Amino acid sequence: MIGFVLRRILLMIPTLLVISMIVFTIIELPPGDYLESYVAELQARGETVNEDEINFLREQYGFGQPVVQRYVDWVWGMLHGDFGYSFEYRLPVSDIVGDRILLTIVVSLATIIFTWLVAFPIGIYSATHHYSWGDYGLTFLGLLGLATPNFLLALVLLYLANVWFGTSIGGLMEPKYLDQAWSWGKLVSVLEHLWIPVVVVGTAGTAGLARRLRANLLDELQKQYVTTAKAKGLSPAKVLIKYPLRAAMNFFVSDIGHLLPAIISGAELTAIVLSLPTTGPVLISALQSQDMYLAGSFLMFLSTLTVVGVLVSDLALAVLDPRIRLEGGQSR
Amino acid sequence: MKPRQIPKPGQKLPHYTSREPFEHAAAARLTPEQERYYLASQWQLMWWRFKRHRLAVISAVFLLLAYGSIFITEFLSPYNLHSRHVDQIYMPPQSVHLLHDGSFIGPFVYGTHYELDMQNLRRVYTEDKSKIHRLQFFCSADSYKFWGLIEADNHLFCVEDGGTIFLLGTDRLGRDILSRLLSGGRISLTIGLIGIVLSFTMAITIGGLAGYYGGIVDLFVQRVIEILQSFPQIPLWMALAAILPVTWSPLLIYFGITVILALLDWTGLARAVRSKLLALREEDYCMAARVMGASPNRVIFRHLMPGVMSHLIASATLSIPNMILGETALSFLGLGLRPPITSWGVLLNEAQNINVVALYPWLIFPVVPVILVILAFNFVGDGMRDAADPYK
Repeated sequence: MIGFVLRRILLMIPTLLVISMIVFTIIELPPGDYLESYVAELQARGETVNEDEINFLREQYGFGQPVVQRYVDWVWGMLHGDFGYSFEYRLPVSDIVGDRILLTIVVSLATIIFTWLVAFPIGIYSATHHYSWGDYGLTFLGLLGLATPNFLLALVLLYLANVWFGTSIGGLMEPKYLDQAWSWGKLVSVLEHLWIPVVVVGTAGTAGLARRLRANLLDELQKQYVTTAKAKGLSPAKVLIKYPLRAAMNFFVSDIGHLLPAIISGAELTAIVLSLPTTGPVLISALQSQDMYLAGSFLMFLSTLTVVGVLVSDLALAVLDPRIRLEGGQSR
Repeated sequence: MKPRQIPKPGQKLPHYTSREPFEHAAAARLTPEQERYYLASQWQLMWWRFKRHRLAVISAVFLLLAYGSIFITEFLSPYNLHSRHVDQIYMPPQSVHLLHDGSFIGPFVYGTHYELDMQNLRRVYTEDKSKIHRLQFFCSADSYKFWGLIEADNHLFCVEDGGTIFLLGTDRLGRDILSRLLSGGRISLTIGLIGIVLSFTMAITIGGLAGYYGGIVDLFVQRVIEILQSFPQIPLWMALAAILPVTWSPLLIYFGITVILALLDWTGLARAVRSKLLALREEDYCMAARVMGASPNRVIFRHLMPGVMSHLIASATLSIPNMILGETALSFLGLGLRPPITSWGVLLNEAQNINVVALYPWLIFPVVPVILVILAFNFVGDGMRDAADPYK
């Protein structure tokens, strides 16, 4: 088991390296850099450009150096907790990122828990009562949830809340807590606001998960050992829980690998619509203004989050299922 | 039918003998339907099974109509894409009436009266019941270049002189939303198709190579797919879309976005191709082809692909909505297509500000076709997957 865990963690390193290369390439690709657009903007406003200051900045952040050098510096800095400097905010990236990333993790985790809590009973009900009216109704609702893009759902919810309650449901906490340190009141406020983005982001995932659980469980329930168990006179609950559900659980855990990237994507979009203080709104403005270190750190961070999530799900799966642990194979 | 009498004890049992000559092959003979079934080709079988999935058929018809409409968008829409009506800015949807004062005069719309509510600076339009504008069909109105070639001014419906018909209201420049919706469909619907063709080609080539060669190629491709899949899709799409130079022409942006969408979408399909091929290449007929000296190209495309094609088409259908959504999301955020190109996402971009939506809720209407098309694709894909699955 220890060997498996170690191998799995070691395998993560090349993956993260490649991801960092891709991210770096993407943020390097646009022609020009932030300083150029900054200078252009200053000139457009008719302000004087201080050549020395620009040159100093250029020197300081290594814009003149070759690409490889900059890449190595970037990765090396990140390993030491130095994520670079955001030109737009004029702050070190880590100062901007910290709280937002924490909130992104909170929203994502809450969404996963919500997804599981809702999908689990629905999936089991649909599988055990398949082709009943309840199943059809839930399937239809699920498809509708799957087909509604979550940013549209957010938009519609915003609209309905505005019409019915006359309030805005955007944001993740009351405005007074926005730039304050964490306190009990802030935590409560966050929890009060959390459910909307969680429901919005979680709908599609829940629908998908419930459908897959239903399909998996249906396959299991048709197997002969279930018939045997029934013939032996086991109670229906026991027949369901003892083996078929355990077999179906396997995929439930391994599915995090699929779920997590989708949830993080969805959370970004929803965050933009609902103007949550998570990474979404900042990422988009950073991308638009070529604030490369900020955008790069966000992309890097979001990808790392997924990779770590997949790692956790793989490890959990290995605990659950001896076959995977012994073969050392990958779950996905 | 008469209930059968149970004979009394001791009574002679009734006995039936067929006078027909005995035919020994009767049990093995097939009825014409059975024969048709057994002789049917794979595609025929799939078609029959698909037809049984009623929701899928309805959705398929809907999609065909939607895609058919993009050929004659200009004819279907009452106004041109960019024609502005300065007197009718943010006008709510007009409704079509049939009866006026209890008497039937055919489909018509009332004229509208405009005033500015000075209290909250809101435009208020009221129906002016004294003016009646009849609807006309196959009439001439705004002129346009059909397919950019033929000068024409025919429309499916328009309204008598002096009236306006905005079935879904107008936007901030007084442009008819229905017309914009119809031409937005042209972009949004095709971007999914072109994108899927690109990603399908990539998936078949890359997945095919991995599945056919196995070994190191397979390992490499697997790693690449894993890495690509561990990126959260939308942030990466956003980053890639932000790269596209602002100076590009709308057409180039359109293709750029399509390529970006396809670039991240092929992984799932490639996986499906790979795992199917890995199973199929061990079959005897494949070995036979190789022994006879067929090139890898021929073995993959001639012998292996037909076996996985049906499955792949079903999976591809299920990933078209993903692309449409991707485009909508990107354009909604202002990173994807930009005006003057009009797609559903671009239309929704105008509804991004909730205060505007609260005042003029019809701006959010482009949500409806997006959801309908995505649902339809899901149903069709589901039906196709069921039809392609030989084990049901």
